[in-house]
Amino acid sequence: MMQTDTQATRRSRGRLTRDVQSKLGKVLQNYFDDVVKQGVPDRFKDLLQQYNERKDKESGQ
Amino acid sequence: MTLAPSVREAMLGAVPSLRAFAISLCGNVDRADDLVQETLLRAMANIDSFQPGTNMSAWLFTILRNLFRSEYRKRRREVEDTDGTYAETLKSHPEQHSRVEFEEFRQALSKLPPDQREALILVGASGFSYEEAAAICDCAVGTIKSRVNRARTRLAELLAIDTADDFGPDRTTRAILTAGGRR
Repeated sequence: MMQTDTQATRRSRGRLTRDVQSKLGKVLQNYFDDVVKQGVPDRFKDLLQQYNERKDKESGQ
Repeated sequence: MTLAPSVREAMLGAVPSLRAFAISLCGNVDRADDLVQETLLRAMANIDSFQPGTNMSAWLFTILRNLFRSEYRKRRREVEDTDGTYAETLKSHPEQHSRVEFEEFRQALSKLPPDQREALILVGASGFSYEEAAAICDCAVGTIKSRVNRARTRLAELLAIDTADDFGPDRTTRAILTAGGRR
């Protein structure tokens, strides 16, 4: 049983085991989500807002 | 023409993951945010070429990726940012994961070739399918698959995840793998 577990965590022919892939996937996802959780910074909300205001003015003239 | 509320909402909705993608690509928050800003400006200027009903997020990712590639070519000779600016962005975040572990992960990520890094982020973190990632990177689906595989293998090596044996992950790996916890 121990032997099987050991083999399961090893790479075979350069491919990663599902276990390693899933751990790696979680770390990657956490890394990414840490930024995602910060939401939308005001500068980008303002950018879109200003664009619309400018376009409104242009069409009003 | 002003942006329709639905278009505006879709654009803003894509911003958080667009930023995460940009930071992953260039490793520097300030540069990444400038890249996102440039992407949004470019998108608004070309909003007529966006087909309603299609994936806004994929469209923006494509624009950002192309902007980054042309900038990257220009800056190729400059040294990649390694001053840990990425870690700075996590400082103020209340649910931040341990900075030490993420700094380690960020550095490993920065050692991947750009092609592999972007493929891995698109498929492994941004939630795009292989097909969508292939469209964003303008290459074949098989190419994306092989880049993702190579990226995973290399990352596992860099983080020593594949050396896990009877004794479990080594110190570094254990730190990385428990990154969800606090220190």
